[in-house]
Amino acid sequence: MLDCGLDMTSTLNFLPLPLVQSPRLSKLPGWVLKDGSTFLDKELKECSGHVFVDSVPEFCLPETELLDLSTVDVILISNYHCMMALPYITEYTGFTGTVYATEPTVQIGRLLMEELVNSIERVPKAQSASMWKNKEVQRLLPAPLKDAVEVSMWRKCYTMPEVNSALSKIQLVGYSQKIELFGAVQVTPLSSGYALGSSNWIIQSHYEKVSYVSGSSLLTTHPQPMDQASLKNSDVLILTGLTQIPTANPDGMVGEFCSNLAMTVRNGGNVLVPCYPSGVIYDLLECLYQYIDSAGLSNVPFYFISPVANSSLEFSQIFAEWLCHNKQTKVYLPEPPFPHAELIQTNKLKHYPSIHGDFSNDFKQPCVVFTGHPSLRFGDVVHFMELWGKSSLNTVIFTEPDFSYLDALAPYQPLAMKCVYCPIDTRLNFIQVSKLLKEVQPLHVVCPEQYTQPPPTQSHRTDLMIDCQPPAMSYRRAEVLTLPYKRRYEKIEIMPDLADSLVPLEIKPGISLATVSAVLHTKDNKHVLQLPPKPPQPPASKKRKRVSDDVPECKSLKPLLSGSIPVDQFVQTLEKHGFSDVKVEDTAKGHIVLLQEAETLIQLEEDSTHIICDNDEPLRVKLRDLVLKFLQKF
Amino acid sequence: MVHHQPALLFLCSSGGMDVIFTLQGDPSLFVASAASQLLVHMLTFSLESETSKALSTKDYDWPACAQMIVRHIQESLQSSSASHMEQSLKLLSSLFGSCFGSCYAAWTEVLWLDIAKQIESFLLEEAVPAQPLLASLLLNVARSPVFCGTEGSFWALVTSALEHLTPVQAGPLAVGLLKLCKCPQDVRIQALTVLLQPMDCILRAASQPLECAGLLDESVSDPGTVESLLSSKTTCAGLLCQTLAHLEKLLSLKHLRVDLPCVSLLRSLMTILQFCNGFLSPTSPLGSTISRNLINCCRVQKSALDVLAALSEEKDCDTLIGSLFDVLLAYLQSPNTSPTVLKKTFQATSKWLVHVQELSCSNSQWQQTEKILEDVFVVLQKRLCSPCWEVRDSSLEFLTAMVKCLRGQKEFRQCLLSSEVLRLTENLLEDPESYVRASAVTAVGHLALITCFAPESPLTGNQYNKENIVAKLQEILSTDSEGFPRRAVISIFTKWLREGCTGQLEDTEQFVSRVIQTVERDLDWEVRLGGLELVEVFCSQTICQLSQCPYAPVSSAVTSSTPQKELLQVFCRAKLFGFLFGSLCDCDKPVGQRACDVLVGLRGHFYPVSTLENPQEVEDSPAGRGIAWLQRTLRQGSLAQNFPRDGGGGVDFQNPESMMLALGAIDLLELHDELNKSSDHVEESPQSLLQDILATVGTIEDNEVDCY
Repeated sequence: MLDCGLDMTSTLNFLPLPLVQSPRLSKLPGWVLKDGSTFLDKELKECSGHVFVDSVPEFCLPETELLDLSTVDVILISNYHCMMALPYITEYTGFTGTVYATEPTVQIGRLLMEELVNSIERVPKAQSASMWKNKEVQRLLPAPLKDAVEVSMWRKCYTMPEVNSALSKIQLVGYSQKIELFGAVQVTPLSSGYALGSSNWIIQSHYEKVSYVSGSSLLTTHPQPMDQASLKNSDVLILTGLTQIPTANPDGMVGEFCSNLAMTVRNGGNVLVPCYPSGVIYDLLECLYQYIDSAGLSNVPFYFISPVANSSLEFSQIFAEWLCHNKQTKVYLPEPPFPHAELIQTNKLKHYPSIHGDFSNDFKQPCVVFTGHPSLRFGDVVHFMELWGKSSLNTVIFTEPDFSYLDALAPYQPLAMKCVYCPIDTRLNFIQVSKLLKEVQPLHVVCPEQYTQPPPTQSHRTDLMIDCQPPAMSYRRAEVLTLPYKRRYEKIEIMPDLADSLVPLEIKPGISLATVSAVLHTKDNKHVLQLPPKPPQPPASKKRKRVSDDVPECKSLKPLLSGSIPVDQFVQTLEKHGFSDVKVEDTAKGHIVLLQEAETLIQLEEDSTHIICDNDEPLRVKLRDLVLKFLQKF
Repeated sequence: MVHHQPALLFLCSSGGMDVIFTLQGDPSLFVASAASQLLVHMLTFSLESETSKALSTKDYDWPACAQMIVRHIQESLQSSSASHMEQSLKLLSSLFGSCFGSCYAAWTEVLWLDIAKQIESFLLEEAVPAQPLLASLLLNVARSPVFCGTEGSFWALVTSALEHLTPVQAGPLAVGLLKLCKCPQDVRIQALTVLLQPMDCILRAASQPLECAGLLDESVSDPGTVESLLSSKTTCAGLLCQTLAHLEKLLSLKHLRVDLPCVSLLRSLMTILQFCNGFLSPTSPLGSTISRNLINCCRVQKSALDVLAALSEEKDCDTLIGSLFDVLLAYLQSPNTSPTVLKKTFQATSKWLVHVQELSCSNSQWQQTEKILEDVFVVLQKRLCSPCWEVRDSSLEFLTAMVKCLRGQKEFRQCLLSSEVLRLTENLLEDPESYVRASAVTAVGHLALITCFAPESPLTGNQYNKENIVAKLQEILSTDSEGFPRRAVISIFTKWLREGCTGQLEDTEQFVSRVIQTVERDLDWEVRLGGLELVEVFCSQTICQLSQCPYAPVSSAVTSSTPQKELLQVFCRAKLFGFLFGSLCDCDKPVGQRACDVLVGLRGHFYPVSTLENPQEVEDSPAGRGIAWLQRTLRQGSLAQNFPRDGGGGVDFQNPESMMLALGAIDLLELHDELNKSSDHVEESPQSLLQDILATVGTIEDNEVDCY
């Protein structure tokens, strides 16, 4: 299984979970059907024309109908965003396999999960809505609830014990490490340049190579650069995780982010940045480190609030080997690779596990707050939205591309604060993909259907799709694809003593042949040719043989045959031997020789010859010998 | 050598010509070009030195040397070797472009008639060979006075070339023709059509099939060629950039003898810009292909914005102004606009804003202008906060450009003062990037003309008062570690002085004095030079005021009956002379020269012009001895160390009598000559440049030859 991401957009259909009871949210009117029925008014609330489920947010799990996840042997994880569904799989499906991921992926993935669990568990909700999920009821609901898919499969958030159990099934790997899977294939993670420890995977046998390219980036940000060279010579390249906002150039967006931040703060407003606790935030802090002095913002406090804020900032500094070259060299100076260490030291950046406690004592305005969750449905961000939403001096700046900012803001409407959308997605865009494919030249590209056509809202942007030769094979949800390659060869090892016994014959310069008589031993998808067992020795004693000594009975070796049978000559031979009524028929694969009187049939094909005669063993043997005359024996 | 007839004969008779012919194909372009130039000289000289004349195109006799060259040309043109043919075309092009084409009209015609058929046959071939050379040859021939008449086969050939050459090659020919005064009008129109073809294609590709509102009624060459060039990713940007560069050149011409269809051109430019940012969704397949080729193409964006800026001076585009500003604002607002494209957008926007202002003055459509200005200021505020210094810098330049052109307009001032721009600009005086600080100084300097120097200054309060701004800029002048901001300050001070913003004479005197004392210690020679410019302006203004110049307002403060004396006193109080005489010994030549110029000017005011060439003798008095010391010191020029400006050496630079004496006694003209002769007249010579090149790349045999 390649990755197991969690679709969190389902949470957008739910009301936010405020830390303290919000009078505004609790006063929202219940939703009433057109016919006046009010049976759903406890479950569904209406806010500025949108309907939300008033319950603990639920998540949409990976496809479970299509295959039995307990039969999955291995899960390969590309980056920490792509493992958020792991506890649902390892804990609920009977999964007994192994998960492979790099160390930073696991550590930061744990932080993301911990933040998620913490944000939801700390505000328990007594009420749980399920009536709306009834198919008959769902049909009556307004969009987007009406169109939500597989709502019955939506699940509440997992718990920390489940997270711990899931993470314990992960086996850590390093870049370029070769991992044997059951002898059948070898998998290798490669740096993908997108996030700390993010990987692309190569899955290869001796003769075939499949590359799985997930979230990758060619930009110079903090992680180790993408390893492109190792992707060359792939038979199939599975491409996914491209940028979600192909029209937004990350550099331009960072500029936009800084300008809007500065303008808001200068006017006395506060800036709220809903974000994940790891990833782009490191780059944003680095950018702000360089920018705040030039923009005269040195005295403005920056707050990073997350239950895992401290761990995230500290972890980033210790994963030196997973960082880009510049940052790696800093470690040897020795300096912290990320400048946020200096921001913390100079008190410009302060981090808190939550808004309780120290934060409320230190809190000064105007300020900039980085906090989660980007969906605006849970986490401390909900509190700040309620607090600052009423003033037009404040600004919320969306930097994470995973959620539609308009949908995220819907339950907060009407909103006076300014909203700025600066999605910073450093993953590959279509120009970079096109260069990458030219560089690595895979024989076939397989990708989601969405990448093979322009975005629906910009149908004229034919530059925003994958353009490669041969055209990419696309897939859609729940579609089963046959990858366009055949496994034709297997590597077989010859044991040294067997190899020693071979007598090669040079049949033409440079090519020698030898007949091999051996036993093919296959175990764990490894094939070995061993010397055939010696004929059984007469028992040395009358002692009863032990079972374990029992060697397989060795039949007398049949000669190996080669060559082809010329039909005309064969017919002549048959006639010489008294078969007068020989008739030859041509078939698609060869010929059929009919001996009408004897009611016998000889099928001559390229790779097989069959003699079909009923209960006449002497005839069969006679015919067999005639056939054998035309073939060489080894 | 080839200026000597015997040498020419020697070369012709010794087989030297063949060597030169062969060298035309030398792998070194320098050698090949030199060989070609040599042949041009030889041919021209042989015509000059021999008596043979082309009496008519039928009765002529080339001199021997010329004959060899002409025969070689003809043979090469007919040769099957492409390289020979190209060499020949190059030679012909140089020949017609040289004085041969302009001075030897009859021979030019003879030679042209000899080769015209061959050139024509080249044009008719399916794949026209050596296209750029043919275009350049035809252009050089067209420039020759021989083909003044509008009749004749030559212009037919030019027309044929416009039809048969590819649009990329025909472009330079078309621009050249449009610049010619004597080109027949129909050829001119053809040439313009060739240039406009890609723009026409863009318009057609972007419009609905039924509309087909192109730019041209008919095309010169096959429109399919342009379409296929624009459809290809590799040629699309190149063709458009070339076309746009040509159009910009045409728009910069004072007298273009054809009418440009400005409205359609503007529409086409807007289409290109919208293709480039992906804002236009074309319905035709050609449009989709072009759109795909152009998306995010900075080269094309920059070229199109250049033409757009140039087009602002043309009339008749008024109906499109609304949509034009939509396009410009989309560029200004988009985070994806690259800093260089943004700079060009700012430049085009400022030009069009001026046009819009003029327009609204005439038709009173203030609402549209105000809306545009409001939008522009919103985006400008954001851009001034950009983390990219290039963006901050070009935003400030844009602001300065707007203030320069629009500060007289009420609507502009209102928008400006109600925005955050003033505060943001002032913040940028402390930007970490020196270029930005310099631009901020310039912008603040210009803004001050609206905020605090204007008679009815709309702003009150501490922040924007004159003293604060002057003090802030003074501080930058004395403390900024980089030269650019300091240079900007001194040039703003000079501007303020010119515009009379520095107040009454007493205030100005003190202001200039303070500036001089800061500037004279500056390590940057351009700042010191700027200081001298300030002094020059101050001198001329003071002279004007105190001498009761007929154009100057009479200052009530001036009551002295002896204006000369009063003048000297003002200059001495302002400590001008120490700075001026000290600058004569400046180690940077331009500073010394400028100081000398100013002193010569002052002397001309205080002494009759006739005395300039005969300096006064210095008396043996304490003052005289001081002047003698000054003369000696000045003779040492920049070698004089630690020039004492505070009276050391016995000269009191603040004593009017001493300074009067010094002006009369020091031979400023001699000093001027000396300064003109100083070291860098050698350094600026071409030879010195070559030496520098060789020193940089290291001398090896090959490049020495090429450099030679």
